[in-house]
Amino acid sequence: MKPFAYVKPADVEAAIQAAAQPGARFLGGGTNLVDLMREGIEQPDTVVDVTGLPFDTVDDLPGGGLRIGALVRNSALAADRRVRERYPMLSQAVLSGASAQLRNMATVGGNLLQRTRCPYFYDHASACNKREPGRGCDALDGFNRGAAILGVSASCVAAHPSDLCVALAALDAVVELRGQDGTRRVPLTDFHRLPGDTPEVETVLAPGELVTAVELPPAPVAANSRYRKVRDRASYAFALVSVAAALEVRDGVVTDVCLALGGVAPRPWRATEAERLLVGGPADESAYRRAAEAELAGASTRRDNAFKAALATATIVATLRELSTGGDPR
Amino acid sequence: MTQIRMNVNGSVESLDVEPWVSLLDALRERLGLTGPKKGCDQGACGACTVLADGLRINACLALAVQYDGSEITTIEGVAHPLQEAFVRHDGFQCGYCTPGQLCSAIGMLAEYEAGMPSAVTPPGAGAYELSESEVRERMSGNLCRCGAYNGILDAIMDVAGEEGTR
Repeated sequence: MKPFAYVKPADVEAAIQAAAQPGARFLGGGTNLVDLMREGIEQPDTVVDVTGLPFDTVDDLPGGGLRIGALVRNSALAADRRVRERYPMLSQAVLSGASAQLRNMATVGGNLLQRTRCPYFYDHASACNKREPGRGCDALDGFNRGAAILGVSASCVAAHPSDLCVALAALDAVVELRGQDGTRRVPLTDFHRLPGDTPEVETVLAPGELVTAVELPPAPVAANSRYRKVRDRASYAFALVSVAAALEVRDGVVTDVCLALGGVAPRPWRATEAERLLVGGPADESAYRRAAEAELAGASTRRDNAFKAALATATIVATLRELSTGGDPR
Repeated sequence: MTQIRMNVNGSVESLDVEPWVSLLDALRERLGLTGPKKGCDQGACGACTVLADGLRINACLALAVQYDGSEITTIEGVAHPLQEAFVRHDGFQCGYCTPGQLCSAIGMLAEYEAGMPSAVTPPGAGAYELSESEVRERMSGNLCRCGAYNGILDAIMDVAGEEGTR
């Protein structure tokens, strides 16, 4: 690992100041950044440890929403009684990711900033525009089974790895950022950028800007919600496809739905087209299928990942069916 | 160099470490505690699992400076019925993953007792049994290349059975 200076500021202003210098990076639980530093993909000059800052609680918001501090550990978020009751998909999404050891370390803010698990990103012998802008992308014609199919570009097809962010995208979460110019709030669905021709720029964060919290608005529909993840192993694997869904049905009609996809796009993918088609329509399988197919109509698949469009469609249908019957997923 | 103090297996240790030294290297290279293993060194295998303030973590992805003031337990500091149960149920062959498996299992049982759900816990579940599928899911962060998983599972179920159902 390349040597670096380490600072642990006691207040947020000092942290933002320290991280505004070129070559500085914030450090939370370390589960992604330390790994990337050891691999030489991240080479910060200064590491600004933010785990001493007071952003480690989950607090109630008026009307039933929740404010989740950026330093809340993944395991604490998943176990929170309010999260499990009001937004079960969020707890399930967290528990479906990584291992228990990693969830005990990883923070919510760090989860938002975790980088892709595309194998070519990790391999210095391969071309990767995200690791080395302008060098090319060996994933385009390489082994791309895990690659994204929505929102991709000719520069990058890397999928976003987070489970937690998929649930946050479905739940209209808002990210609170603190920088030298003050505080701003960005919808989670606008926080991550699509690759275009600058895949190395992954978020809208300005230099030195710190994620301080994620806020969930009240969402009664989310009490009936589910996170369903499909992967090559039953546990401890990244998603091929995942679905975060919340559904309300009255008299056989869909009256409210929240839907987002993971494993298929360079950012957590809010399925707005499917949602638009579902609301007001019948709560039945053929309507679910039509909506899912419409969402996936724009898929751009490559040699090894063409199956993802069909898998995503089937997983959306299965998840909505489970939510509309309140019964067995099969 | 940063000076850190940790309570490791009940004894207070003072260390000067560079910021890039992992907790795993500090334990192994500086304190001679070679129970935690450097398997993958990237958080994938779980052989480095230790307890930090009672929570199981991957020591390989932890920078030692971040654990200043913490209480660390490695396998050298463990005396738990799980250890004999692993022997009784053939919960290992080569033994390389075993220190991590044991620390992880101890942390896992504590998480279960504290009400932590898992990915296979039915939504809305109140009290539920620590079933075999629960244990397999909760222990998925510890790999065993010998494939002693069935013995590991039996050992954990044996000990968990004595501790009852939540």
